[in-house]
Amino acid sequence: MEVKINISLKQGVLDPQGRAVESALISLGYSEANNVRIGKQITLEIEAEDASRAQQRAARMCETLLANTVIEDYSIEVADPS
Amino acid sequence: MRVAILVFPGSNCDRDMMVAVETITGRRPALVWHKDSQMDPVDLIILPGGFSFGDYLRCGALAARAPVVEAMLDHASRGGAVLGVCNGFQILLETGLLPGTLIRNERLKFVCRSVNLQLQPDHDSPLLSTLDPGHSLTIPIAHNEGNYFAQKDDLEMLKQNGQIAFKYTASPAFGPDNPNGATDDIAGILSANGRVLGMMPHPERAIGNGHPSSDGKLLLRAILQGVA
Repeated sequence: MEVKINISLKQGVLDPQGRAVESALISLGYSEANNVRIGKQITLEIEAEDASRAQQRAARMCETLLANTVIEDYSIEVADPS
Repeated sequence: MRVAILVFPGSNCDRDMMVAVETITGRRPALVWHKDSQMDPVDLIILPGGFSFGDYLRCGALAARAPVVEAMLDHASRGGAVLGVCNGFQILLETGLLPGTLIRNERLKFVCRSVNLQLQPDHDSPLLSTLDPGHSLTIPIAHNEGNYFAQKDDLEMLKQNGQIAFKYTASPAFGPDNPNGATDDIAGILSANGRVLGMMPHPERAIGNGHPSSDGKLLLRAILQGVA
């Protein structure tokens, strides 16, 4: 099953990279750009009987390795083939 | 005094640390490869600096799940002493042995220079007990992700238990100093039992013999005495 994991910085955690990108956007004339935050997306395939099982395993993977829950939140999308 | 230095693919301060420790103790520490799940008992385990696993995913994240780290966690859970420097500090945070994390430097630049550190007088660690309270040390840093961050409760706990070991401080030579944006100028922290120390500055790069400072030697000697 194809799984997409989105990892984003928690609100309140400083994102120096996001801030630098924001000021670059503004200097390019996109003055409407605000609150830029940079995260990452991890895609993977998980062998599982059903979507909820895949979701569960992906959540375990996030907790044990993929996300640092001190500063990051994660969300999981499972593409259900059915 | 038995010391082991853990080596991961991408570690690059392991040999400097080996030389620094050998200079002080006269005995060469063991270098232990990350795939080893068993280790001979030692008095101190050191996680050196570098770029373990290319800093992939997050600094220290992959190294923190290596087999040898399981052995290190066992050692720590029995009250064993551990020192993590730079990437080694990042690894200790990723294992959860120390609270918080290290994020990108505030100004997005790799910073490589000497800083002034102040040993916190209220620290509660046998590893640092032979140093004068408030002792000031000049030791270099070299990192891109050294900006210490922790949740409020963790910070409060660190303060109340005397788990903050070092803070960056101003000095005539290096100016008003927080090189990376670290919360409360934190440069190094301790575990609750005071026997696990993680720090961004590199003491192995300040052991005299051509280095501008020998304060790192002083600190490593204190740690080695504290462990014994």
